[in-house]
Amino acid sequence: MGIKFMKTLIVGATLALGGLGVANVATASDAGGTHKLEHQKWGFNGMFGTYDRAAMQRGYQVYREVCASCHALEHLSFRHLADKGAPFYNADTPNPNDNDVVKAFAKDWSIEAIDQDTGDIIDRPGIPADKFPLIFPNAIAAAASNGGAIPPDLSLITKSRTGGADYLYAILTGYHEAPHDFHVADGTYYNTAFDGNQIKMAAPLSDELIEYSPYMVAGEHGAEPHEVAAPVATTDQMARDIVEFLTWAGDPHMEARKRIGLATFLYLFIFALLLFLTYKTVWRNVKH
Amino acid sequence: MSGPSTYEPKYAAAKWMDKRLPIIRMGVDFMGFPSPRNLNYWYAFGGILSLCLMSQILTGIILAMHYTPHVDMAFDSVQRIRRDVPFGWLLQSMHAVGASMFFLAVYIHMFRGLFYGSYKAPRELLWIIGCAIYLAMMATGFLGYTLPWGQMSFWGATVITGFFGAIPFVGESLQQWLLGGYSVGNPTLQRFFSLHYLLPFVIAALVALHVWAVHHVGQNNPIGIDVKTKEDTLPFHPFYTMKDGFAIAVFLMIFALFVFYLPDALGHADNYQRADPMKTPPHIVPEWYFLPFYAILRAVPDKLLGIILMFGAIVVLFVLPWLDTAKVRSMRFRPTTRRFFYIFLFMCFILGWCGGNSPDDLAFTFGHKNVMVDGHEVSEAIGMTFKTLSRIGTIYYFGFFLFLLPVLGWIEKTKKLPDSITKAIHDGEA
Ligand code: HEC
Ligand code: HEM
Repeated sequence: MGIKFMKTLIVGATLALGGLGVANVATASDAGGTHKLEHQKWGFNGMFGTYDRAAMQRGYQVYREVCASCHALEHLSFRHLADKGAPFYNADTPNPNDNDVVKAFAKDWSIEAIDQDTGDIIDRPGIPADKFPLIFPNAIAAAASNGGAIPPDLSLITKSRTGGADYLYAILTGYHEAPHDFHVADGTYYNTAFDGNQIKMAAPLSDELIEYSPYMVAGEHGAEPHEVAAPVATTDQMARDIVEFLTWAGDPHMEARKRIGLATFLYLFIFALLLFLTYKTVWRNVKH
Repeated sequence: MSGPSTYEPKYAAAKWMDKRLPIIRMGVDFMGFPSPRNLNYWYAFGGILSLCLMSQILTGIILAMHYTPHVDMAFDSVQRIRRDVPFGWLLQSMHAVGASMFFLAVYIHMFRGLFYGSYKAPRELLWIIGCAIYLAMMATGFLGYTLPWGQMSFWGATVITGFFGAIPFVGESLQQWLLGGYSVGNPTLQRFFSLHYLLPFVIAALVALHVWAVHHVGQNNPIGIDVKTKEDTLPFHPFYTMKDGFAIAVFLMIFALFVFYLPDALGHADNYQRADPMKTPPHIVPEWYFLPFYAILRAVPDKLLGIILMFGAIVVLFVLPWLDTAKVRSMRFRPTTRRFFYIFLFMCFILGWCGGNSPDDLAFTFGHKNVMVDGHEVSEAIGMTFKTLSRIGTIYYFGFFLFLLPVLGWIEKTKKLPDSITKAIHDGEA
């Protein structure tokens, strides 16, 4: 059976890979094809990849201080920031609604609500259970303020673009001087990563645009929490940090997914092995 | 073959039951079903498919508890499932990846049947029920893909339902009736959800007929000759439960690889963008398992002809038992047909490749030539377009069923068949 099984396995794998290859070529072919994306090293890639907490926290600061004037995070609530695996998770306050850091973030935003006594529409400070507010009341307002282009939701941006994190990084660092024979239309900016090379978003990042706050690292094994100095906010550093944060925003359960995946594989492997041995035992006296 | 039941109830309760509703007998007979002793791993895919169906139904029912079929809420509700419902990310991923795995398995299952001649007498009806299942699966897959209401959901649904509009006379009214309006909208989404929930149970009923038919006529086998004696068979349990069980475990590992490590590999990034009826995506492509048919559709300039060809590609499968004129079932003993079968398999991949690309793009580049554009001389690649390639694929697809199989059946000199399965095993031929 050994050879027969190997044959079946190889043919099966070829079929599967062939099919998936076709599928992949099909998806890749609509990436626009005008530019090749440069692959970056990300800690969250690969089978064992995880998010870098400190980078995500800095990334949130970039979002709050830069991108949030135009882009929303439609699918996030403040409490999500304090979930297990999220940037601001704190084991002492596992309930995200009790997380002090996130409470403070939420309070920093004003949320439209209905006054419970008068029924009037009021603005109140946010609480962790609130969703991140929309930046523009509607698509028309968004387009009107941005030269006709709508700043897309960022909570799914790494999922909704072919190339994901690499693409986002390429957009943010893709602002260069246009070649001489390239005409950049009014209100657009030359960007090497954007389809057509003209984007209606001005370069959002520039060196030392913001100043990273130092952050606290929870002391492990009962040690005192201590402060860690933040890196200098270069364009490249901010781009990497916001990519880290937005990749998490698009795929918040990635770490759990990979962890459970590993356990599942281990289980299936042992299960397959036992079934194989049983199969061999059951068939040992049968010529086939 | 099933033959008379050999079950004898031992306990009083079992006897009581057996007189009234012989359901235990049915189960015991099912487990002891005599299967040819030379079945290989390709025969595990029936079991794998049953598992896929159960998995889709179970994950689907739970997803439906959290999903909202409304154009303003569908997209957000899927995000809520993936973010906030406990293990929602797992269920959603299993269901979406599961659809692809289901199709992967069904294609292997069908090519298996094609190779071993499992559609020939007395298994014609078994095959046809299988084709009906496949058709129902395609409908379910298409309807399901609309539900998350992303860009590809919306535009895929618009393109596919647009085909119906091309049918002469009744097309337009048929299309409106299907959509519940003039274009894809809320009524469309709600009826698609309803039907997507219904069809898997229709499939389950068809599978019951399918399995009943297998148990009535008996399974075919890799050498394609009839079971002659009891010697030729083994009881399903424990022999095939264990062998298929092992294959299922291996299949589940491939499944898990995608669910846990490549959840988006088979999908399209555009479907993470909310459907926008005002914004057409640059390329509208269906899911990978529809690509060969999509290529056939776009191989011809005429829309109606394209639709006829696309449906024809599925109709030929239904009549296949009467197209293949050969007496010998298994292609192991049909050396010439076997070669053409491998080309056929290859052409199906080629068609899939064409389906994923724009018809006017080049599949192969042969060279460059200089052409004048706006008074400038520019170098332009010359070569074979995907349209031409898909025409070749389409011609081979139909040629295989409508010409090669009928003709080869008459003229091919087949190899000598073994006397029996047992003898073949003895001689190392099975
Ligand atoms: C002044 C408003 C503004 C700010 C600030 C801003 N953007 Fe944008 N962004 C836009 C607009 C407008 C578009 C749409 C551009 C277009 O379609 O041409 C856009 C588009 C994008 C895109 C989508 C490109 C695509 O493929 O469609 C990404 C990614 C993006 N922004 C990321 C960011 C990030 C990250 C930040 C913060 C570092 C940021 N933006 C800050 C206005 C802004
Ligand atoms: C929901 C999808 C399906 C399920 C659950 C299913 C299930 C099964 C099962 C359990 C068997 C017996 C085991 C085996 O031989 O592998 C079987 C056999 C068979 N199926 Fe399917 N099937 C499905 C779809 C199809 C389709 C789409 C076709 C073809 C168009 C098909 C054609 C056949 C044939 C011809 C056999 C007999 C094979 C033989 O004995 O050689 N099936 N199926």
